[in-house]
Amino acid sequence: MRGNLVVGGSLVGLVVVTALVSFVWTPLDPQAVDASVRLLGPTSDHLLGTDKFGRDVFSQLMVGAQTTLYVGIVAVGVAAVVGVPLGVLAAMGPRWLGEFVMRTSDLVLAFPALLLAIMLAAVYGASTLTAMIAIGVATVPAFARVARAGTMQVLSREYTLAARAGGRSRSWIAWRHVLPNISGMVVVQSSVSFAMAVLAEAALSFLGFGTAPPTPSWGRMLQESQELLAVDVRLALVPGLAIAAVVLGFNLLGDGLRDRFDPRLEARR
Amino acid sequence: MSEPVHPQGHLGGVDSSGSSLDQGLHREPERDELLNVDGLSIANGDVTLVDDVSFHIAPGERVGLIGASGSGKSLTASAIMGLLPDGMSPSGSVTLRGRELLGAPERDLSRLRGKDLGMVFQEPMTALNPAMRIGRQVAETLTIHGTSRRRAAERARELLDRVGLPERTARAYPHELSGGQRQRVLLTIALANDPSLLICDEPTTALDVTVQAQVLDLIAEGVRDRGSALLFITHDLAVIASVCERVLVCRDGRLVEEGLVTDVLSAPAHDYTRRLLEAAL
Amino acid sequence: MTTAERLAAGAGPAAAIARRLVIFVASGFVASVVVFAFMAVLPGDPAQVALGVNATPELVEQTRQQFGLDRPLVTQYLDWMGGLLTGDFGTSYVTKEPIGPQLVDRLGVTLWLVGAGMLVAVLIAVPLGIVAAVRHRKPSGVGVSAAAQVGVAVPAFLAAIILVQVFSVQLGWLPSGGWTPPAYDLGAWLRGLILPAVSLGLVQGAVLTRYVRSAVLDVQREDFLRTARAKGLRPYPALVRHGLRNAAVPVVTVLGVQLATLLVGAVVIERVFVLPGLGSMLLDSVAARDLLAVQSIVLVLVVGVLLVNFLVDVLYTVLDPRLRRS
Repeated sequence: MRGNLVVGGSLVGLVVVTALVSFVWTPLDPQAVDASVRLLGPTSDHLLGTDKFGRDVFSQLMVGAQTTLYVGIVAVGVAAVVGVPLGVLAAMGPRWLGEFVMRTSDLVLAFPALLLAIMLAAVYGASTLTAMIAIGVATVPAFARVARAGTMQVLSREYTLAARAGGRSRSWIAWRHVLPNISGMVVVQSSVSFAMAVLAEAALSFLGFGTAPPTPSWGRMLQESQELLAVDVRLALVPGLAIAAVVLGFNLLGDGLRDRFDPRLEARR
Repeated sequence: MSEPVHPQGHLGGVDSSGSSLDQGLHREPERDELLNVDGLSIANGDVTLVDDVSFHIAPGERVGLIGASGSGKSLTASAIMGLLPDGMSPSGSVTLRGRELLGAPERDLSRLRGKDLGMVFQEPMTALNPAMRIGRQVAETLTIHGTSRRRAAERARELLDRVGLPERTARAYPHELSGGQRQRVLLTIALANDPSLLICDEPTTALDVTVQAQVLDLIAEGVRDRGSALLFITHDLAVIASVCERVLVCRDGRLVEEGLVTDVLSAPAHDYTRRLLEAAL
Repeated sequence: MTTAERLAAGAGPAAAIARRLVIFVASGFVASVVVFAFMAVLPGDPAQVALGVNATPELVEQTRQQFGLDRPLVTQYLDWMGGLLTGDFGTSYVTKEPIGPQLVDRLGVTLWLVGAGMLVAVLIAVPLGIVAAVRHRKPSGVGVSAAAQVGVAVPAFLAAIILVQVFSVQLGWLPSGGWTPPAYDLGAWLRGLILPAVSLGLVQGAVLTRYVRSAVLDVQREDFLRTARAKGLRPYPALVRHGLRNAAVPVVTVLGVQLATLLVGAVVIERVFVLPGLGSMLLDSVAARDLLAVQSIVLVLVVGVLLVNFLVDVLYTVLDPRLRRS
């Protein structure tokens, strides 16, 4: 469906633009504490009101988009850069190597991002960096699997067989045939993994294992709102809906891209 | 024969108009026709896939429907069974012993399927449930139509034996059987309730040549023993010649020729049939 | 005849299951080494970490000796593993209490939560997924699919916060947190379990709905479903008798992955609802810098995930006869 692509692309685009704009402009200083305007509802000065320190929620939300995208980009980047070559290698290399890569990735799958991040935090202390690394490592198997499956498919095609028969080296085939042909699948996986990375980062920040104060983060905004639920549920809903919108955006974008790159496969996730 | 639903008279069988054939080859329908297809068209959205097809099958008669792939043969069969894929809409009339099938409630159709109408599909490898033992899949056809569970299991073993499958087949799963064996199982299922009409849609196309002959013999024997009529769909003239009495030639969703197998094969009237013959020789 | 040979061979599913068991045990072993190594190579040493930066070197050294941290790593690992296999999880560096009994208590709470969450997810996903597949061309089916797509994007803790807001704060029907053991007061236990389980299960239910839908859609296209219809089965009975078991094979795999997700997702939900589960114990241990406890809890969770995967593989073998021989 084209609708997936349009709605997903719009949601993702909105967040990216918000994050970019927030570098140069926010309505108010997101970290400016002002006790005189604590817990205000929406006003003309504060579009989404203020939090318990009197900080402007809208400005925090804008800057929080930076954190979300930053963590997502680095985590998915790490996962793709490590996972894709491993997957291609697993498909093209000797049998034992493929077996080894897949077994290892099975094992990594038993360590979910949250658990890895908590382990890292226990040792090195919580930070945006530990969160990104943990989410990235936990996402490597997904990319390795996709790349391996895609490579096997490409290797069975006639043009690859012809190239092999023509005496082309494995690395030439990998570069000229495999990578261009699996790039679509990798892009789709990136979009889907991005959505999961955003969820994981939010959960970690919520637990206090992600981005440290005072850098605004949607997950932490949610955590801080929890004690104030009885006072004002708005503080929880604003960051919560922002997270849901981004995740929905990347999921839809992934589905839409999947349909575009591989029309034979319907959205299956 | 005791049908659960009885035809209300033979009105539907009376039809002399609406012939899509020009050369007067269209046989006049008689009052005792078993199946009467009249002006059947099947459309998928704006595209007409089967166009104004009419033919009749008498009780016990063996009719072949021949044509290239994509000529609408299989859709015609699916329409008779009431099992057209989603989005395809049939129009016209299909009657079985005078009972209109097109647009009949699903409840009534499901009582006819597997009981009065048996069908064997082209692809034996995927037509059986991979997670159910063969014996149960055969027995199910009987229990659906009222046979007791115990009796059905017994009968399933007898029927499997009749098509030459060893006794232990009943306990096997489909993946343990070869293609020919699976097609025999599917034939057993289709014939289990002694249907008045058996529809075979390219039943041997997916099989090895040596196995094809065996399955064809079993089909011919099965309908003869039961007095069932047969609608046999294929693109293979030789197969038609060995099994059928009468043949319908289908091209681009229309019937272009009809007649006794011996006549059509020796003196094809239509150009398309001639080309089919030439291709086969 | 091939059938005769194949039928006579008759090697049951036992071999396939045995192979899975070996993989499970081997993975568990490697995971334990990974967890141990991860904690062992950390920059500080556990005694220092546990006691904090202000502890005197003498106290640190004394603690190291007390817990055997001055021994070679291999000895420490074997000691740890030996203990785990005999049910002895060691003594906390911080509280000086044995870890095992508390861990077992906490695990019980988490398992209740995960089990109830899974139940909620399945109860949501199976009917909705089937409806979404069978009616996929109709508005109701499309609506279910869209709702599931949105549900997937909702973080479990947001669902929890909203549910608490509605059912505890506004309506006052259910407690917003806390845990009563079932043996103590069954009614209070159940009331306390509902919101956490629904929070956990709602989102997983949305994910699962999409998988059930796609599995049922796939199975609806199968030839054997057409055979079932040709036998005289009506659409829903045909789907139930022939489709669901075959659709169950891919769904069970997803269910396994989800159970693993729930085990970890429970960490967050336990925090929101202040439940004394394994997740809160893990977070508390991290906060208290109790590394031995962290190490053991992480391993228990990881082995839990591996165990679920193993059980899924076994179930898979049972559900799909074609796999019994591979």
